[in-house]
Amino acid sequence: MQVLAIFIPVIVAIALPFLFKKIRAIHTGWFVLIVPVALFLYYLTFINDTKDGLSAISKLEWIPSLDIAFTSYIDGLSLLFSLLITGIGSLVVLYSIFYLDKTKEKLHNFYIYLLMFMTAMLGVVQSDHVITLYLFWELTSISSFLLIAYWSDRDASRFGALKSMMITVAGGLLMLGGLLLLAMMGGSFSIRELIAAGDLSQGNYFTLALVLILLGAFTKSAQFPFYIWLPDAMEAPTPVSAYLHSATMVKAGIYLVARMTPVFAVSDVWIWLVAGVGILTLTWGSLFAAKQTDLKAILAFSTVSQLGLIMSLLGVSAMAFHVEDAAGTIFKYAGFAAIFHLINHATFKGGLFMIAGIVDHETGTRDIRKLGGLMSIMPISFTVALIGSLSMAGVPLLNGFLSKEMFLTAMLSVMEFDLFNFETFGVLFPVLAFIASVFTFVYSCYFVGHTFLGKYKPESLPQKAHEAPIGMLISPIILAALVIIIFWIPNTVGEWLIKPAVMAVQPFLYTSPAEVMVEVSAWHGFNTELQMTLGIIILGLLLFMTLAKWQKAYAIWPRKLTLNSLYDFVIFAIFERGTENFSKLYMTNSIRRYLIYMFGAIIVMVIGTLFIKDAFVVDWDSGSPIAAYEITLIAVLVIGTLTALFGKSRITSIIGLGAVGYTVALFFVIFNAPDLALTQLVIETISVALFLLAFYHLPKLGRVEERVRFQLGRAIISVGVGVMVTLIALSAHSQKLVDSISSYYKETVYSLAGGGNIVNVILVDYRGFDTMFEIAVLAIAGMGIFSMIKLRMGKEKKNESQ
Amino acid sequence: MEIVMAFVCGFLFMAAVYLILSRSLLRIIIGTGLLSHGAHLLILTMGGLGGESPPVLADGVTDYADPLPQALILTAIVISFGVTAFFLVLAYRAYQELGTDDTSLMKGSDEDD
Amino acid sequence: MKANNLILQFTSKIIFFIIFFFAVHIFFAGHYTPGGGFVGGLLMASAIVLLVISFDLKTVQTILPINYMYMTATGLIVAVGTAAFPMLLNKPFFTHFFDYFTLPLIGKTSLHTAALFDLGVFLVVVGVTMTIIQTIGEDE
Repeated sequence: MQVLAIFIPVIVAIALPFLFKKIRAIHTGWFVLIVPVALFLYYLTFINDTKDGLSAISKLEWIPSLDIAFTSYIDGLSLLFSLLITGIGSLVVLYSIFYLDKTKEKLHNFYIYLLMFMTAMLGVVQSDHVITLYLFWELTSISSFLLIAYWSDRDASRFGALKSMMITVAGGLLMLGGLLLLAMMGGSFSIRELIAAGDLSQGNYFTLALVLILLGAFTKSAQFPFYIWLPDAMEAPTPVSAYLHSATMVKAGIYLVARMTPVFAVSDVWIWLVAGVGILTLTWGSLFAAKQTDLKAILAFSTVSQLGLIMSLLGVSAMAFHVEDAAGTIFKYAGFAAIFHLINHATFKGGLFMIAGIVDHETGTRDIRKLGGLMSIMPISFTVALIGSLSMAGVPLLNGFLSKEMFLTAMLSVMEFDLFNFETFGVLFPVLAFIASVFTFVYSCYFVGHTFLGKYKPESLPQKAHEAPIGMLISPIILAALVIIIFWIPNTVGEWLIKPAVMAVQPFLYTSPAEVMVEVSAWHGFNTELQMTLGIIILGLLLFMTLAKWQKAYAIWPRKLTLNSLYDFVIFAIFERGTENFSKLYMTNSIRRYLIYMFGAIIVMVIGTLFIKDAFVVDWDSGSPIAAYEITLIAVLVIGTLTALFGKSRITSIIGLGAVGYTVALFFVIFNAPDLALTQLVIETISVALFLLAFYHLPKLGRVEERVRFQLGRAIISVGVGVMVTLIALSAHSQKLVDSISSYYKETVYSLAGGGNIVNVILVDYRGFDTMFEIAVLAIAGMGIFSMIKLRMGKEKKNESQ
Repeated sequence: MEIVMAFVCGFLFMAAVYLILSRSLLRIIIGTGLLSHGAHLLILTMGGLGGESPPVLADGVTDYADPLPQALILTAIVISFGVTAFFLVLAYRAYQELGTDDTSLMKGSDEDD
Repeated sequence: MKANNLILQFTSKIIFFIIFFFAVHIFFAGHYTPGGGFVGGLLMASAIVLLVISFDLKTVQTILPINYMYMTATGLIVAVGTAAFPMLLNKPFFTHFFDYFTLPLIGKTSLHTAALFDLGVFLVVVGVTMTIIQTIGEDE
């Protein structure tokens, strides 16, 4: 049941097209909604076990011979993600019911992709087997591609979809390499066993595997410099952005890093890469979020930045591996903070995305320069947006404050870490964290302030603004409520969800969730973290007030030097234009030229192999004797071939071909192949009838003047092929390196297959697969001919247009 | 005999390739026909042409011809019939639609690009 | 072929049946002596082609109102079904069964699932060949 639950969404998806077509009156989303809600409730039942540090496992064999199975392994970490996927999923589906119009949109497509994604995502976070993990991982990329390109008639959607898929799938492939290396070193495909295997760092490929896996995680989680796909992915419908590109899919990379931390924490490369790239992404994303003018683009960059925050926390949490008795020191906070912020981010960012969608839906634009003063018109949306933004900014009384404080604590702890050069560079972490937090505060205010406060500009809005319908508001309100509730009960959440997950991330510190001695409190004295928060708020407010003055500074950076133009350069200049020009060198649109390439290549390869391998041997002695009538037959065959070759009219050539065919049949007779002879004779007869029937339609053979050069090349190639075939035939005849399987057939034909005609028994029994596929091919050829003649699409179209 | 047949196969292939490389559709079809004949004989020759009697169980016979190449060829004969028929129809439909049987002129109209 | 080929038409009627029964014989004999589904099918098709040549397509279509596309499909189903059937018995795909029986009138004989598979081949070959001939012939 547990492993089947992963597949429930995609199974339900099969029924959707019928529901959509037959029951138009009810929005298809209502049927879909049942799935995530039911799964959410189902996964809730696991909390009881996981909060005590237990786990549940269930297995479904897939390819037993290769030891590949779908294994659902639910521990604290997997459960937390599963709950996020199904919980946020439920809210998003509910929201989408009001967001997408049931009469205008292709809802069946949308929800099929969404459910497919849900299965893929559940698979990623529950798979214990690295191969199926990869499978689901790429499936998330594919479903994300389909969802981003949902409005496929828009150029930007298709561009964004392709970009996200190019980057994430490429990363996924690298990750597969890393996972396979890891599996090779650890001797197991199971992640649990790899973790239990202990120190793998002595393996030859340890660092390579580490880097490859991180590349997969970084591309998926939009870390610097791979984040560029995420802003373009905002072309997706807003429910998708809220779901995939803030709460779930982009966190797959986080999940992978968290899951792999026990394996790689021993490595300094891991700590530096994860923490360093994370903090860089955090800063970079927050700096550029304040530049954006599109509501969703602001949120996209903010998501990039927040993912960087969680990533850096995971990097720091790996440091605890190197610290003696870390569970009792300041180093214990990072792991907890990472998981805590993950939950908080899902709550406030999901809500903010939904608000951005509501603003877009109700005013017709997402351009923040046209918006303003919506507070009085959309009071509920404003409240939700305010709560979400302030939580993101880290303002007290909201859950974001708690995790932000803890984040600062963790970053301060880096300064106390004295291995791997952190004693010199470690100070960068709190500094960058501070700068990034200031800008986070700025863009949070920017998002709310410029949309809901300020002057109302009805003239610049495409449609008259009004508050969204209540159905659309339910989901963001629930999320906003969670933002507040979590602030008051952080330790309950911690005990149920966070600590079991932390145990999975840092098994080297804890053996049960109860050992995670982290208490969250809103007030812990006037310490450094609180001073930093105050500084952030004051500085942030100052910068927000003067935003209009310095926002222009972003334009100084030349467009040509951005990562996006690098991507465009790689994709368009190198891949598209470069390969196109290269192809044009030899792709001349002449089939005959292509055939010459092919035949030429075959000749070179075969004759080359024959001589390099010294395989060409001729045995002149063995072989059956030559009879006089055989010589006659050969003469007939040659004459027939020449007639077909040089015949001046259609009928001569066809007769020549027929003569060759019948001669071949006679050859079959003398070479003791009665079945072949019979078949060949009948086939030849039917072919003649076929040619006769088609004769009326066939073109006359004209004498076409050929250029001498081509004529010469053609002759050389034909002679080359002829020589090649002769050489193969001679060498194949002259040396029998392995015994033919024929003797087995001869011996067993009566005892095993109960037949007498060996050829026919081979066809229907020993090699029945060949025959089965052969008749399938034959049937396809028949259908092809039928459709070529009966379905004349081109002509009918012409008639219609006339 | 096998050696002679090797040359016969080579000759058939040569003629077939020469025809396939021509511009006229009908010649190409005839070329593929010759090619399949050549291939069938080639398979048979490679397997060896020895054997006293056909590969059908009979009392007192032990020296059968090799049944495996024959089974392969039987499959190939039928497939090549299907392919030839398909080519034939393809050719004459192309001729009807495009008004030419010269492959070098069949590059599609500009609208297709 | 509008000319009134009385002799051709008369002889082809007789020869059709000869070829027809020869085809059936070749098909069933295939397991022990030369023959089988391919040859049988092709012979059967050539018998029908003979009728087509001596009469014309429409006449043959009224005598033998067969949809050859369906015939092909049936053949494929029979072949694949025979091959897949052992899977229901937890045997590998394409396991064949045979045994010897003594039937009234015929005497001792063997029954073989391979013959069923061959029947599929037979049907496909006849179906495809006739589809090709028919569609080309009908095309004006």
